[in-house]
Amino acid sequence: MIEVRDLSKRYGDTLAVDHLSFTVYPGSVTGFLGPNGAGKSTTMRLITGLDRATTGTATINGVAYADLPDPLRVVGALLEAGAVHPGRSAFNHLLFLARTQAIGRRRVEEMLELVGLTEVGHERVGGFSLGMRQRLGIASALLGDPEVLILDEPVNGLDPDGIFWFRNLIRHLAAGGRTVLVSSHLMTEMALTAENLIVIGRGRLIAQSSTAEFISANSEHSVRVLTPDPDRLSQLILTAGGTVTRSADGALTVALIDAARIGDLAASAAVTLHELSPQVASLEEAFMERTHESRQYRGADIVGEPLPVPVPAPAAAIAPAQGTLAGTSR
Amino acid sequence: MTATTAQRAVPTSSDRSAITRFGNLVGSEWTKLTSVRSTIWALLLLVILSVSFTGLLIGLISGQWDTITEQQRQVIRLDPVSQILGAGFQFSQLAVCVLGVLVVTSEYTTGTIRASMLAVPRRIPVLAAKVVLFAGVTFMVAEVAAFSSFFLGAAILSPHIPVSLTAPGVLRAVIGAGLYISMLGIFAIAVGTLIRHTAAAITGIIGFVLVLAPLTLLLPGNLGKYVYAYLPTNAGQQLATTGQAADALLSPWQGFGVFALWTAALLTLAAYLLQRRDV
Repeated sequence: MIEVRDLSKRYGDTLAVDHLSFTVYPGSVTGFLGPNGAGKSTTMRLITGLDRATTGTATINGVAYADLPDPLRVVGALLEAGAVHPGRSAFNHLLFLARTQAIGRRRVEEMLELVGLTEVGHERVGGFSLGMRQRLGIASALLGDPEVLILDEPVNGLDPDGIFWFRNLIRHLAAGGRTVLVSSHLMTEMALTAENLIVIGRGRLIAQSSTAEFISANSEHSVRVLTPDPDRLSQLILTAGGTVTRSADGALTVALIDAARIGDLAASAAVTLHELSPQVASLEEAFMERTHESRQYRGADIVGEPLPVPVPAPAAAIAPAQGTLAGTSR
Repeated sequence: MTATTAQRAVPTSSDRSAITRFGNLVGSEWTKLTSVRSTIWALLLLVILSVSFTGLLIGLISGQWDTITEQQRQVIRLDPVSQILGAGFQFSQLAVCVLGVLVVTSEYTTGTIRASMLAVPRRIPVLAAKVVLFAGVTFMVAEVAAFSSFFLGAAILSPHIPVSLTAPGVLRAVIGAGLYISMLGIFAIAVGTLIRHTAAAITGIIGFVLVLAPLTLLLPGNLGKYVYAYLPTNAGQQLATTGQAADALLSPWQGFGVFALWTAALLTLAAYLLQRRDV
């Protein structure tokens, strides 16, 4: 169990983490979500004692990280996959970590095998791809068979196979009673992997709940309806207190009343329905909805007409230039 | 696979004595030091360069023995051991400064420091293990270089001047060369820990040891004499030479003590900052 209480971190003028409190429970994968610069990595660095907190505490099973006698045997952290000396082999990187906790060579070899790096284990890490470095990072996190895992963007750089493998691995680890906190900016990945979510924005807690609850609480429920008589049905829905918007393909999007009520309304007025489907929002949509205001770095809104490809200038306009070119080359 | 089962493959903690724990950390540092090619090269270079330059310079002196002035011959006769050990000494200093700095700063530039601090969140034991291991390794390597240089130089000079290890102060100077280089290695680790950036730390320590400290010899007056004598490396080098002036401010061992105090002070500051800073 990871307990974070009133945790803050100030860097100069910016408050990267702002009085954050949450608890991560064992037995399930907890996703740690937030826009870029929300303070996810900083929070993880504070929990593991790499950064000193300005206020508050973070404990692991009730103990501060710095007070764990053999921390790698209790907490496995993946904070920066690239953070390996490029001149050292994967094996030696794991070996020096293992030796600090009196973990044997056998375990190092097992971890290389687990993450699929046995064949390149004695090659220098400098030649590794991002995905291979990520696997090495996962191996070092799992080295001490820890009961708590803190993983910052662990699937970054993994190929689809690797992502699938990793998802199963951490679910399996969580199911065995471990505490797993995983940050990611890939919402779809989190929706598939995490049962619980902690959402932060600008260093503050926005939500802590199960993934399903978070999605349902932060999305407008709507129902898509196809009918040969849209005018009649729209009338009925508006009188019943719903809202209707008509899309280009002629379908109606109904909000504020549910699918069953729409079906009843249609039946009572003998209006035929060709489709009646409740729309489920994605985690991504829910996340956008909830963190919109706290996003620090945001691109311009993309609105209006599609941006056309610039039309090439007429051939006549180019011709003189070509002439000039030909002239100078002579 | 063990990690994916609910059974624990590694027990949560192991009962080890404080000494065993520290021994584990020194072992871990040994793995770090020996698993990167550049450190092995730097240590080999230290021996090769200092021995071969001793051979070259002493060989030149020996070859031109009959053409140099009587005054020059007299200087060499007075203190042949300093001539022999001094030839390769600068290379040893250079190599150990660079390597000592790199032992720490390469962890910062590559990010390995994060892995190290996650494994040992109390941090200071890592610094202590680095110091113990690096001092031990450089002492042995520097002794190999010092004894090889000495015997080579003594053999080359033997037709002109007899040089013996048993003459007063000679054994002390040869062993002292290793002790000095080893202490300089600790000094470099402290500088690396304080500055954390490779280029800045190397420039700083080389500039100080090889340029600034020797230059203070030019300071005028009594104050200049004291400043020169008490600067860390100037004081420490007293142990690695023979033929101290009769009016020297510090005896060889006193000088080494002064250097050790400087190093201890710098290392304490480094440990304090290591503990406080974010990594």
